[in-house]
Amino acid sequence: MNLAIHGLVQRFTDPRLGTQATVLDGLDLVTGTIQALVLIGPSGGGKSTLLRILAGLDVPTAGTVAFNGAPLPRDEHGLISYRRTVGTVFQAYNLFPHLTAMQNLLLPLVHVHGLSEAEAYDRVREPLDRFGLAAHARKRPAELSGGQKQRVAILRALVVRPQRLFLDEPTSALDPEMTGEVLDMIGELKAAGTQFVLVTHEMGFARRVADEIAFIADGECPALAPPGEFFAVCREPRVVSFLERVHRA
Amino acid sequence: MPRWLAHLIVLALLAAACGWACASLDMTWNWGIVWEYRQAFWKGWWTTLGLALAALLASSLIGLAAAVMLRSRFAIVEAVARVYVELIRGTPLLVQLLVGWYVVAAALHVGTGYRTAVGVLVLAMFSGAYMAEIFRGGLDAIPKAQVDSARAIGLTRWQAFRLVIFPQAVRIVLPSVAGQLVSLIKDSSLLSVLSIGEFTFAARNVNSATYSTLESYLPLAAGYLALTLPLSALSRWLERRFRYEAA
Repeated sequence: MNLAIHGLVQRFTDPRLGTQATVLDGLDLVTGTIQALVLIGPSGGGKSTLLRILAGLDVPTAGTVAFNGAPLPRDEHGLISYRRTVGTVFQAYNLFPHLTAMQNLLLPLVHVHGLSEAEAYDRVREPLDRFGLAAHARKRPAELSGGQKQRVAILRALVVRPQRLFLDEPTSALDPEMTGEVLDMIGELKAAGTQFVLVTHEMGFARRVADEIAFIADGECPALAPPGEFFAVCREPRVVSFLERVHRA
Repeated sequence: MPRWLAHLIVLALLAAACGWACASLDMTWNWGIVWEYRQAFWKGWWTTLGLALAALLASSLIGLAAAVMLRSRFAIVEAVARVYVELIRGTPLLVQLLVGWYVVAAALHVGTGYRTAVGVLVLAMFSGAYMAEIFRGGLDAIPKAQVDSARAIGLTRWQAFRLVIFPQAVRIVLPSVAGQLVSLIKDSSLLSVLSIGEFTFAARNVNSATYSTLESYLPLAAGYLALTLPLSALSRWLERRFRYEAA
């Protein structure tokens, strides 16, 4: 994929106070042709807001976004169609708690992509096995660990065969052990050729998995580079102070 | 002490107190004459059950519609629902029944044959206002992340409501809805003011025919308890049943 963002602005108006907050402030970002883009940066810098726009969940106030030259739609009808071609995983609470893991996987296949129950079931069986989740298929989310929940959520985004995945800090609500199992899964997807945009605070993982790293802060993207270059030679002051803080922690 | 034993002890103490009160009042009971009217009680009891079920169904639909309206982005839609809920909840059902029948139904030239239907409708509107707040609470309790997830997998707004939001909200509100049904059954006793032949109306008739007040009204209490106690138990069971499902 190649991603081209020009002059992206996202402002939110508080409906009661009438105050405005500018979260993205004329962001520009143009990648090369890559498989995995990782967004890093300080909290509140606009990473998640950017990802929600890329995933077609929010419409920006101004600016353009295009994947492989195709601009994102701005109307709800076009956005629904767009969302059906991509997969999105949030920090937590992705799964529907009233459905089992299996039913969570089947729901988009049956109700969005028009597969029969039998076809959908065939489609999810193999990946459930591959990612070691087959034994948990009949459990509800409340009976799964945090790591299992996130892996089922990633699988749910994956089984519809999306053009690319959007992952918004998929491990930030998990303890280190579970973080490992989810990152391993994302690593496997990278190896299998899945395209994705990932927001993460795991710097080591970002370095390993990213083709390009974009640094998002203050609603802008002051640095974009392949990981080797980004971590070794980036002299942008905001990046330097962010990496110092991360490494001290 | 096991819970059932505790309940039994409390009930025994209550019965003893009632027995003592009756004995000290030197009451003479006349159950025989009331027994002759058992068919009237029986018929009234079934009528109450039917009325309550019809009103429950209608009030669930009204309540759900009003709850969705209460959450509307459009101020005028929200206002319509809010005025309805506050007016109904702020006024006595007795007044609503009298106005509903003698003013609204009369103005619309509704025939006396529809007395029961109008009564049930007013009762459903009354209960629906309470249902609206219960449903609204249930819908509000669904985290925004669930809406996001539903949209992210490509569901339309209606699919998201039908497949994700509504099924979860129903689980949350079921115990409260069962509780509301208990109130609805007791509130249906007021339909007797419109001379609708339900359970309370039957007891009133027996009383005026026999002048045996307590013998007429105590079976009434027992008959309502026979309907409401199982519902209370159901409500508590539902609460336990769905507590584990929250993720």
